[in-house]
Amino acid sequence: MLILTCPYCGVKAEETELQPGGEAHLKRVGPAGSDDEFEDYMFARKNAKGVHFERWRHAYGCGKWFLAARDTATLQVYGTYSAQTPHPPARIVAAIRDVHPDWQPDWTETAGADAE
Amino acid sequence: MVATSFDGVIMPTAPRSGRYSVFAIAREALRQHTGWQRAWASPQPRDRYKVVIVGAGGHGLATAYYLGKNFGITDVAIIEKGWLGGGNTGRNTTIIRSNYLQDPSAAIYDKALKLYENLSQDLNYNVMFSPRGLIMLAQTEHEVRGYKRTVYANNLQGVSTEWVDPQRLKELVPIINLDGPRYPVLGGLYQERGGTARHDAVAWGYARACSDMGMHIIQNCEVTGVETEGGQVRAVNTSKGRIGCDKLAMVVAGHSSQLAEMAGFRLPIESVALQALVSEPIKPCMDVVVMANTVHGYLSQSDKGEMVIGGGTDGFNNFTQRGSWHHVEETVRALVETFPMISRLKMLRQWGGIVDMTGDRSPILSTTPVGGIYVNCGWGTGGFKAIPGSGWAMAELVANGRPGPLAEEFGLNRFREGRFIDESVAAGVAH
Ligand SMILES: Cc1cc2nc3c(=O)[nH]c(=O)nc-3n(C[C@H](O)[C@H](O)[C@H](O)COP(=O)(O)OP(=O)(O)OC[C@H]3O[C@@H](n4cnc5c(N)ncnc54)[C@H](O)[C@@H]3O)c2cc1C
Ligand SMILES: [Zn+2]
Repeated sequence: MLILTCPYCGVKAEETELQPGGEAHLKRVGPAGSDDEFEDYMFARKNAKGVHFERWRHAYGCGKWFLAARDTATLQVYGTYSAQTPHPPARIVAAIRDVHPDWQPDWTETAGADAE
Repeated sequence: MVATSFDGVIMPTAPRSGRYSVFAIAREALRQHTGWQRAWASPQPRDRYKVVIVGAGGHGLATAYYLGKNFGITDVAIIEKGWLGGGNTGRNTTIIRSNYLQDPSAAIYDKALKLYENLSQDLNYNVMFSPRGLIMLAQTEHEVRGYKRTVYANNLQGVSTEWVDPQRLKELVPIINLDGPRYPVLGGLYQERGGTARHDAVAWGYARACSDMGMHIIQNCEVTGVETEGGQVRAVNTSKGRIGCDKLAMVVAGHSSQLAEMAGFRLPIESVALQALVSEPIKPCMDVVVMANTVHGYLSQSDKGEMVIGGGTDGFNNFTQRGSWHHVEETVRALVETFPMISRLKMLRQWGGIVDMTGDRSPILSTTPVGGIYVNCGWGTGGFKAIPGSGWAMAELVANGRPGPLAEEFGLNRFREGRFIDESVAAGVAH
């Protein structure tokens, strides 16, 4: 059973307590977006075999959405973090690099990510 | 007339595996079964083929077979990273039916069912197709309405299904408990032509027929890259070297996103685990397939006597072919209420497969942003039943470079255009 620690209430929650919400950090496309951008945002997914960032809701707990970094090839959990971040914080990247030293983030650093 | 090498042994090219018949059995019985040939060859790859198919599951092999049979294209390699049929094709609960709701689905699934009806003769290989009948239980008022609607839709589509009341259902499935109380059985959607087939035999039968046509099935060979030039496919890189091709068909189920990434595009697919389990063998007690979608469980009895049970998918992306235990627990707990006698059974084995889910629960048979590359995926929890129809439609797509009537509606452009083929009700449970 998958176990994730809710970053808000600190509960070690079992999968049955959680609601999955799919890929995290999708950039929302508004009415001004092109058809291509909209299709990409709505449907195209990384579906990575390996490091995967995803949304979860602590449905039978505090009810809040949070984010998790997980490995879909090994089921290892690298950590969970607040949903109010533009990309995963440094401690998550470090946890991933402990296992995959060559792993490269595909985002550019922005201020505020580590505020969590 | 010597060409193909069977694991290094030089064999005559034709006849290869030899025709299976009652006379062949008698002949072999008289000579201590020393004359049987391998059912397919294991050649080394050539450096190019007209068509390369990635994935030797049912859909990849059927695509190859109908390319040869319907279009005379036999310069084909089917490349498989493991062993043929070792993916979802060899892991599923083998339910076959065509009682879907939408017209494009009815067309392709019923084409598949019709081909299944004659597949053993066509392939000269016993796929043990068993049209024992299939019932989808209605256990809520919503399901009663939903399935009655499906019956009407099916009858308009020329797919015969009927609504059966609880009494008739009890006659068809004597071991069922109608009263609930949690999940009372209110009736069911019955497709008499539905049933099961032997999953491995489907893969093996197609593989043998493809090999006999001179196609190359290359196992233990992983595709690791796709070479393109000017937006056109040139070759695949594999663990056995570079293999050139004019056309490339990606038929890899749960790994579709990975193959697409190699060619530089993304798909509307998420890969999740789906599990199944079988009990110890018991005497015959149920000669139809029963699906209970409200409780996410389905049940049939194999020819060996095992009760074959399937459940729901996990909620998270996963490539490990292992699922979460609580799904198994929930499925079994719910089925025990509807089939009290199975509470005494010991479960023998449990396993998982990685299924390729689309948002509308319908498959993708499509051209792609790269010239010469075609995808067949998104069959998710329910593609075993579709293997012959999918292969037929995919062969047409690959041979002509554009979809025929069966594949037309299942293109990738349906997402962009908002033309979903919503089967989330018909496919409500995994199967
Ligand atoms: C537990 C379970 C129960 C199911 N029950 C039913 C059911 O009752 N009825 C039904 O209709 N359907 C059912 N299904 C769904 C059905 O099994 C699948 O839809 C179908 O088998 C898919 O066939 P395929 O040929 O597309 O994929 P697969 O059989 O998975 O074949 C894909 C092949 O591609 C290979 N591959 C992947 N990546 C590479 C690479 N890089 N290089 C080379 N080869 C590669 C894999 O090794 C694999 O062999 C079930 C599935 C599961 C898991
Ligand atoms: Zn919480």
